[in-house]
Amino acid sequence: MSQSEPKALAPAPASAGAGALATKKRKRHYSVLNRRDKVLLSLMVGIPLAVFLLLIWAMTLVSIVLSFTNWDGVNPIAFVGIDNYTQLFTTYPFFWPAVAHNIMWLLFFVCLATPMGILLAVLLDRPLRGSAVYQSIFFIPVVLSLAVVGFIWKLQYLPLAGNGFIDSAFVALGWMDPKHAVNWLGDPTINIWAVLVAASWRHVGYIMVLYLAGLKSVDPSLREAAAIDGANERQTFIHVVFPVMAPINVVIVVVTVIESLRAFDIAYIINHGKNGLELLSILITNSALSEAGLIGFGSAVAVILLTISLVPIVLYLSRVMRSENQ
Amino acid sequence: MDDLDKKSGFLTGGKVTRREVLKTGVIAAAGLTLLPTVLAACGSSSSGGKVTIGNNHSDASDLAGMKAVNDAFSKANSSITLTMNTVDHNTFQDQINNYLGATPDDAFSWFSGYRMRFFADKGLATAIDDSWANVKSNFTAGFANSVVGNDKKVYGIPVDYYPWCVFYRKSLFSDKGYTVPATWDDLLTLCAKMKTDGLTPFAFGDSDGWPAMGTFDILNLRLNGYDFHVGLMTGAQKWTDPKVTAVFQTWAKLIPFYTDGYAGLTWQQACDTLVRKTAGLYLLGLFMTGEVATVDKTAVDDIDFFPFPFFGNAFDAEQALDAPIDIWMLSAKSPSLQADLASAKTYLEFWAKGSTQMLMYAANNGFIPCATDADPTTLSVLTKKAVEIVSKAQKITQFLDRDTRPDFAGANSMQSFLLNFLKTPTQDLTAFQLSIQDFWDKLPVYKG
Repeated sequence: MSQSEPKALAPAPASAGAGALATKKRKRHYSVLNRRDKVLLSLMVGIPLAVFLLLIWAMTLVSIVLSFTNWDGVNPIAFVGIDNYTQLFTTYPFFWPAVAHNIMWLLFFVCLATPMGILLAVLLDRPLRGSAVYQSIFFIPVVLSLAVVGFIWKLQYLPLAGNGFIDSAFVALGWMDPKHAVNWLGDPTINIWAVLVAASWRHVGYIMVLYLAGLKSVDPSLREAAAIDGANERQTFIHVVFPVMAPINVVIVVVTVIESLRAFDIAYIINHGKNGLELLSILITNSALSEAGLIGFGSAVAVILLTISLVPIVLYLSRVMRSENQ
Repeated sequence: MDDLDKKSGFLTGGKVTRREVLKTGVIAAAGLTLLPTVLAACGSSSSGGKVTIGNNHSDASDLAGMKAVNDAFSKANSSITLTMNTVDHNTFQDQINNYLGATPDDAFSWFSGYRMRFFADKGLATAIDDSWANVKSNFTAGFANSVVGNDKKVYGIPVDYYPWCVFYRKSLFSDKGYTVPATWDDLLTLCAKMKTDGLTPFAFGDSDGWPAMGTFDILNLRLNGYDFHVGLMTGAQKWTDPKVTAVFQTWAKLIPFYTDGYAGLTWQQACDTLVRKTAGLYLLGLFMTGEVATVDKTAVDDIDFFPFPFFGNAFDAEQALDAPIDIWMLSAKSPSLQADLASAKTYLEFWAKGSTQMLMYAANNGFIPCATDADPTTLSVLTKKAVEIVSKAQKITQFLDRDTRPDFAGANSMQSFLLNFLKTPTQDLTAFQLSIQDFWDKLPVYKG
């Protein structure tokens, strides 16, 4: 590579001024890439492409096909049309709650957890004594895997009979009547919120670090200019810093959507996604990957989750492509 | 050994017993996943057979029992090389489809009843009628029936079982002057009294989803009898039947006596409330004594139990109860099975002996031996009582999730349905039962 590049590149500026015919002739004789480069490049592109096609596209297509069957993993595959989908949409009582919980997850993150992370990042970006300490404290949960986060919060939320920390502490402080203790994980109207708080505990720190990194890269002269123009801190952030941060903002949105759609670990650890904690990802696992072996049914849920995921992906890609074209 | 005790005692504050040191060693050995049980006779000829086994008894005490059994087997059959593959109990269950459908071990541990027949029907198990002929004299009719497939062939060797009963602490009952309830009305009276005494009458923890099934089973058996229960589990009866409505309506009377927050508690945490005497009664399998021992060893002798109270109807005479049986089976798709068939059958027949099953019982008293020739004199008082209650029972069921198809009994199916009922027992039961039946109707059809 290094040898051929100067040779090929050097004449290029000259040829730009010369006639098109000369350029064509030179291109034929002096390709930018020699034979070895071409082999290397096709390997470098070909292998990832093959892996990508096999592990992403082939798998996706197989899932879509299987969603129209009632395969149990052993017996011959029998096609059942859209039976799996009609069952999900009409009679299966745990599908719509799962969809609702995924949407609640997304809304909770978008409206509360992510703005909270951004707020923390903005606050900690200011000169503040012990800023590093605060950053570390908020970032610690991000280092933990979601499974560990699930275990930690499960112990906090346990009922009084299980010595849960929150209930025990509230009762000890006299804030809660032991006869009417809150059943954080067992009450299906409350447990999804309890889990969302646990998930946010980690998500806030994650967003904070991402945004803080972005804020550090904002040119300080922009703030100075804004200050000279008489903008206060809030105006500076809204009208100067936030627009400059556009690339980071897109990353934040994408991360938030991904985290919401792949929600799984905490709810699975708490009760395998039952009793108010149904999630699409867990329905897939419990149907297709458990002893049940309902691979066709589970694939139908997976296809629906894929369809939902496509919405933000398409929005994101169309936005990226539009800005690239400009 | 004394030196070892002292050393480990020093490191951990003197609380480690020799037994725990041994247990730790066993766990460490199991960590190697593939645990080759090396043959006792080192000099034995290489002409002997081989057998690989898939084991789901993954808890430390159970694994110690498995090792004792395998050592005894190797001693008795020095020419057979035994390889054990231990998988975490719940993981084994979750992966059973993939495991049996791909390249399983020659023999594997599993459950009797519908759950055995289900995989036998799928062609994933090998019939062992010839082995059974050699050992069947060692089992009573109840155990023998539990291992027969839909094709009338035998697919497993019964090795242990445990009954589901109502457990209580003797000292609590004598302190408060409670008596064991014989009828359903007695039970409700007792529960009401316990509540006024500031106790939780019924310990209950359903975070895992399956404990509630035990209550459904026993109420259905008491109210509608064995035949209806089996029909319901196999699809011959409908979930929309008014008899099922009666079960739910009766159950609703018990729910106010349950532990607060039961849906967020594991069965172990619920068990602890019984041990700490904040709860009075607990309906669970005999294996709960293992949890009692981990919380408070001295409490084990204070535990007693009684069969679930009767309703004074025609089904009292059945004295039916859940007593799930664990079995050993042969897989069908093991690549080495053809070569290993003889030694694999030898291994299964070895499990049919009372002496083998007693080795497992010695490691964990939750495993009551099934074999008739198991030495009864060495059983604990509690186990003897369990044996007596089960032998009195005219009808024995396995457990909801073992008596019905596995795709019906999972986390987002029956477990969720029952939790849904417990949450709102006053809901429209007709619509609720219809959604269960509909879920059943939509499951894949296995046999034309």
